[in-house]
Amino acid sequence: MIIGLDVGGTHTDAVLLSSKGVEKQVKVPTDVSDLFNTVLSGLTGLLKDISPHEIKRIVLSTTLTTNAVVQKKVDPVGIIVSSGPGIDPEFFRTDDNYYPVSGSIDHRGREREPVNEMEIISAGKKLADAGVDYIGAIGKFSTRNPSHEIQIKEILKDKFKKIFMGHQVSGNLNFPRRIATTHLNAAVYSMHKSFFNAVEKSLKEKGLNVPIQILKADGGTMNLESSMEFPGQTILSGPAASVMGSIAYAPEKKDTVVFDIGGTTTDISIFINKVPLLEPVGIQRGKYKSLIRSLKTYSKGLGGDSRVKVVDDNLMIGPERMGPAMAFGGKVPTPTDAMVVLGIMDQGDKKMAMQGIDAIAEELGVSTMKAAKNIFHQACSMILTEAFEMVDHINHKPVYTVHEFLQGYKIKPEKILLLGGPARYCAGEIEDLSGIETQVVPCSSVANAIGAAAARTTCEVSLLVDTEQGFAVSPEENFKASVPKDYSEEDVRKTALSLLKTKAIESGSDPDNIEVETIEFQKFNIVRNFVPKGKIFKTKIQVMPGLIRRFHNICGQSSGKDNIKGEKKK
Amino acid sequence: MLKAKNRTGLVFFPAFDWAIDPTHPEREERLLYTQDQVTEEGVFDIDGIEEYKPDLITIDDIRRVHFCVPDEESVTTQSHLIGAGGATAIARAVMKKEIKNGFALVRPPGHHAMRVVHGGRGFCHINMEAVMVEYLRDNFDVKKVAIVDTDCHHGDGTNDIYWHDPDTLFISMHQDGRTLYPGSGFPEELGGPNAKGSNINIPLPPGTSTEGYLYVVRNTVLPILEEFKPDLIINSAGQDNHYTDPLTNMKFSAQGYSELTTLLKPDIAVLEGGYSIEGALPYVNLGIILAMAGIDYSRVVEPDYDPEKLKQSDFVTEKIKKVSDLVNRYFAQRQELREKAGKHGQLQERHREIFYDTDNIFERQKERVRICRECSGTVVIDSSASPGLHVLAVHIPRNACKDCIEIGYQAFETAAGKEKFKKVFLQDRSKGIYKVKSR
Ligand SMILES: [Zn+2]
Ligand SMILES: [Zn+2]
Repeated sequence: MIIGLDVGGTHTDAVLLSSKGVEKQVKVPTDVSDLFNTVLSGLTGLLKDISPHEIKRIVLSTTLTTNAVVQKKVDPVGIIVSSGPGIDPEFFRTDDNYYPVSGSIDHRGREREPVNEMEIISAGKKLADAGVDYIGAIGKFSTRNPSHEIQIKEILKDKFKKIFMGHQVSGNLNFPRRIATTHLNAAVYSMHKSFFNAVEKSLKEKGLNVPIQILKADGGTMNLESSMEFPGQTILSGPAASVMGSIAYAPEKKDTVVFDIGGTTTDISIFINKVPLLEPVGIQRGKYKSLIRSLKTYSKGLGGDSRVKVVDDNLMIGPERMGPAMAFGGKVPTPTDAMVVLGIMDQGDKKMAMQGIDAIAEELGVSTMKAAKNIFHQACSMILTEAFEMVDHINHKPVYTVHEFLQGYKIKPEKILLLGGPARYCAGEIEDLSGIETQVVPCSSVANAIGAAAARTTCEVSLLVDTEQGFAVSPEENFKASVPKDYSEEDVRKTALSLLKTKAIESGSDPDNIEVETIEFQKFNIVRNFVPKGKIFKTKIQVMPGLIRRFHNICGQSSGKDNIKGEKKK
Repeated sequence: MLKAKNRTGLVFFPAFDWAIDPTHPEREERLLYTQDQVTEEGVFDIDGIEEYKPDLITIDDIRRVHFCVPDEESVTTQSHLIGAGGATAIARAVMKKEIKNGFALVRPPGHHAMRVVHGGRGFCHINMEAVMVEYLRDNFDVKKVAIVDTDCHHGDGTNDIYWHDPDTLFISMHQDGRTLYPGSGFPEELGGPNAKGSNINIPLPPGTSTEGYLYVVRNTVLPILEEFKPDLIINSAGQDNHYTDPLTNMKFSAQGYSELTTLLKPDIAVLEGGYSIEGALPYVNLGIILAMAGIDYSRVVEPDYDPEKLKQSDFVTEKIKKVSDLVNRYFAQRQELREKAGKHGQLQERHREIFYDTDNIFERQKERVRICRECSGTVVIDSSASPGLHVLAVHIPRNACKDCIEIGYQAFETAAGKEKFKKVFLQDRSKGIYKVKSR
């Protein structure tokens, strides 16, 4: 049996899955000030009367990192960057503990200017004097040649508790994001470490010796050890958990849109043939941009508890939430109240809901029922519009080859999956409005925990081969090898695959269950003065996010009883 | 937090799967290192920089500009259609005010493609800027356009297309034609009788450095633009003036390009040539993007940049001053020169021999234009290519007067009856008509 636990903003869900389906589920309130006890009480509830030996896997998805960042409860971090020519690195300053130093690596990974040891020692001294324990060393093009970052670490290694290097976060190019991501890792490291060590210790005391897996933003998992080098990857794993929990209901060879409708927001994501779409570079939330692999989710400030008001004779829904719906003791009308008034939702205080919608009706000059209908209709069409804009945006993403331009795959959703509290009440309206088959994900309330439990271990490897300079390099994997002039396309693919397999197994993958996908493969002839000098190969391959094999259809099996199809109503 | 002062649009279309041939300078690898640099700098993340997807232009878009012989499909590939589509996508976004300005980083280049196209010249088949400008004129309220060509080679294609159009100011700064392909672009080449002085050619001596370029921009290009008052400024942003370019002999730098862009303030820039793909393009393109967006570019410097080595000699400085002054004098006399060029209603003829180096084609042209005080004048081109066809092409301008339209249609009908022309083309821009008669 396997366990999945997802810490949400208000509740924490935990499930115990066997190959037959959900054996047990537990919901406990989340205590934001004490996540450790929240996690522990969830697990304790689940493990009651279960022999620890039966548990083969535990996956945790927590809001630890997210909360720490939001509440600014993170460690101070020192950053040393060596940028070379280009945009002034001052633009990427994190705070006072930020030191640009000399040194330059070019786009082909060649050193153009060495680092200056004295300068680094002096920056290190200032950082140590400022009381910083954790630092990041980031170089431009360090994913092509990490030697400057390694030198900085060597020079300063005795001065700090831990030094994070930029080239280890991702094979992707993007210097500003590399700085931000390295900074995040260093900032949450000590908190992440003490939290999970404590969890592991308590589980051991309960007789549970299986290694803990942690859910990442890309909907995959990693083991505790891997997470220590890159704790930032656990940020925003919550939306990923829910998305993974709905995979079983996504049709094969078709595109699916998933709505996770909450109280404040609706998260939108997309599956293509049962595989969730990833952000091409990394997580972005507003101005914050990183190299953290993540599912492509779009969050719209519209949920069951969004505030409804009238502005210039028009209905406005969201983005702010002022508390619960009036039917549940809140102070302002919400889409939930509209659903209660319409009788779609048979819960809460209908009188209070009526009162709220009445006020809106009066302002609009229509009947209460008409106002409720309009609110409900508008809320559903707003999230649909958002989803189609997201699809449109993805479909218009620029491509860089004639082939891709002409062949351009266009996403065309043929199914909608709904998750979250209000989901079951909206299914009919959403199906009517969109004309697309709509289904509420069964066990929707614990789909997040199910998703966490059954998520596969994922990872990604980038490999650059330059036969003119005679090297193959994947700095994030600490890999550099000499290659001969005639190194072939097949050699490149083989090397990348073996790097990926090693990394996947080290991160906790089942060696027999590694599904590999090539994300990018490019080949260029290097020509100087009309003479071919060699080749450049660039490839990126990944273990796709998905469910571990034995649990592929797990959710499907437990779905019989509460499988709600969108019901047509006129 | 990095924020663009100007909202700037970018089309990046490196055509990583297209080459003229594997070792040709115009090959897959050309924008690879630029892509690496721009991506590593996080340019697409900058607040205010928008990436656009190129259009795929249509045959009708090409027919506003070119006469393709024997037809459009035979002389273009998909990459040409997407490259020109990069320019139109940016132009549309500028006109719709989604962005303040934009840069189409596309390949292959286009500025050597003339009005009649029998094949590839100087790696060019379709003139991207002209396709874009005529697209704009048909779809938006655009009349007067300035195209400033800063590629190291004379933009002879664009020069040819707008030779007779007084509403399009074409300025080309390039290495002296006596020392570089295509061998044309001298100050005396001022345009046809109806458009004298709306074509400005500024040949620069080999060894011109940043100082010399910027002198010409300040002393000649900007004052002329100031007087012409264009609705739009377009920059054919070739990057082969760079001190590391393998095909040319100049001493321009990334800082110089950035400053030039800041001075010129183009609404739209379109990448043309530039074959120092590792040492120049990554830095020059980055500099131009930052300059357009109004972001500090002072640290965009090539790793091997050495200002001492890039100084221009006094001899070069003198030559530049002379040519700059000469061009200014010509521009000041443009009305007189038009008057002197001939009388209203006269036909003026020029004979040319055009070599298509990329496709090894030789073309002979006899071009006749009607001198007209009411419009830009109808142009009739008798063109025979070997290998290739003997054709006749009639261009009636957008603003054509009644007489010029009539003369154009007459020429078309007469030629259509003649055995020697394998194809006869009519491009009536006043009505948006394009006709072909084949035999
Ligand atoms: Zn050129
Ligand atoms: Zn006329």
